Amino acid sequence: MKVEQISIFIENKSGRLAEVTGILGENGINIRALSLADTSDFGILRLIVDDSKKALKVLKEQKFTVSITQVIGVAVPDSPGGLSSILRTLDQHNVNVEYMYAFVERSGDNAVIIFRFDDVDEAIAALTQSGVKILPGHKITSI
Amino acid sequence: MNSPVKTLNPAAECMPREEIRQLQLRRLKNTLSLVADKVPCYQSKFKDSGFHPGDLQSLEDLHQLPFTTKEDLRLNYPYGMFAVPLRDVVRIHSSSGTTGKPTVVGYTKEDIKVWTELVARFMTAGGVTAEDIVHIAFGYGLFTGAFGLHYGSEAIGASVIPMSGGNTDKQLMIMQDYCSSVLVCTPSYGLTLADRMEKQGIDPRSLSLRVGLFGAEPWSEQMRVELEQRLGIIATDNYGLSEIMGPGVAGECLFKQGMHFAEDHFYPEIIDPDTGVVLPEGSVGELVITSLTKQAFPMIRYRTRDITRLNYAPCECGRTLARMEKTRGRSDDMLIIKGVNVFPTQIEEVLFKIKGAEPHYQLIVERKNNRDSLEVQVEVNEHIFFDEMKQQRQFVVQVEKRLAAVLGVSANVKLVEPGSVKRHEGKAVRVIDRRES
Repeated sequence: MKVEQISIFIENKSGRLAEVTGILGENGINIRALSLADTSDFGILRLIVDDSKKALKVLKEQKFTVSITQVIGVAVPDSPGGLSSILRTLDQHNVNVEYMYAFVERSGDNAVIIFRFDDVDEAIAALTQSGVKILPGHKITSI
Repeated sequence: MNSPVKTLNPAAECMPREEIRQLQLRRLKNTLSLVADKVPCYQSKFKDSGFHPGDLQSLEDLHQLPFTTKEDLRLNYPYGMFAVPLRDVVRIHSSSGTTGKPTVVGYTKEDIKVWTELVARFMTAGGVTAEDIVHIAFGYGLFTGAFGLHYGSEAIGASVIPMSGGNTDKQLMIMQDYCSSVLVCTPSYGLTLADRMEKQGIDPRSLSLRVGLFGAEPWSEQMRVELEQRLGIIATDNYGLSEIMGPGVAGECLFKQGMHFAEDHFYPEIIDPDTGVVLPEGSVGELVITSLTKQAFPMIRYRTRDITRLNYAPCECGRTLARMEKTRGRSDDMLIIKGVNVFPTQIEEVLFKIKGAEPHYQLIVERKNNRDSLEVQVEVNEHIFFDEMKQQRQFVVQVEKRLAAVLGVSANVKLVEPGSVKRHEGKAVRVIDRRES
């Protein structure tokens, strides 16, 4: 159920993002989804790629500080109110969302939301119980 | 005749050189027998070097004795180096230590009397009289600066405004309303005051200010010119360190040709910081000081780590006491930031304690608008990298808080990518000091 996400520390200066994506490209690693959180000094780049093990290895070789985090992906009907009902469910179960980001599936029917929870297992239980469709990891990395 | 040269204690300050040396030898013998009797650290130092205080025949014999370092003070923290019981101590001060713990120093009533006189000497030499209103903008507290100048001013009979540091606008208001005529602060704070006056449209000539006594950090001749012109004052330098006494160890007269060293109370040597060998008169090297009259906290051959030079030629002012040049730097890695002593090892300790994994770091010291600023760049590694921004920022705030608590000055922490800290021949460059001085 869980998806491996890689997080990379990057300084907030020109060319760093291009550097990371360049390394991944050269190694034939495809980026599936991405989000960037930043401050004036630094940023945390979060990626879901088709081969996270390899991405971790090549980025570490290039001296980047990288970590792997377990997140989950949820398919949300691409229609008004889709996300809202999921968030309400989480709220009712007292599950905290640390951060989230979204992208739309190639088919265009569903949006995929990537969630980072403080307690992943509890979140999975709450969502499953409420009938929310959690996407298997391989399905997301191979979108 | 109304000579501009005023001397507080001409008998001591203008003593013929041969008499200074005789006085020093007599006082040195007393000091050595005092520490041999009372201070275990010196007892073992003397024993190890096979020295008996009774053997001392000349001042040069002192060269046989080992040095006292900040490490000795750390090992004997807090009261181990005191030569009198605490009941005879009337004051305690302290300064920052190289690793965490500060250095504690004590004074007897007699020590305070001597200290007061020595401060009054350089204040008099710098032009302060009983007519003056002395505005002290050093922080009052464990730091010796404010209290030293406070007592010295009172001894001269001047009126003291114990303003303490910070709150620049209030400083200016009081300076205007209370007619401060003497300013006591760090030279960089003097420039901050000048900046603020300019901003508020205050003409320094409309104030009563006429004299500035600046110390607690090294400063250049260009800074003197700037302070004198922008504040409309005569600016003199003074030197001291809490381990020896505090301000008053040396201070300039109005001829500004070096700081008169209180040789009747302290014996100075200039050594090669690498070999420890005493250098010939007039050489540039590290200043080593032995106290000659201190009771509570005598120091034998204390390595100040300050690089300077001594000039034994009598001064135009009539004083015969050796003159110490402005310090040219340090023989260790200590930094003086906003008048506070900062050691890179203190920062290392804070970083180490936070995560147990010692990250690479670099200190960047700058002077912006005449204010020192300290930035600590920390290379991020897996131990201090968080996937959540909230935690990552919390980490930065936590480090900043601990640094402020340990160093006594605020620091900005900036996280950088691994490999950002420049290495020179494999060794990380710990400090980049961009201040001109």
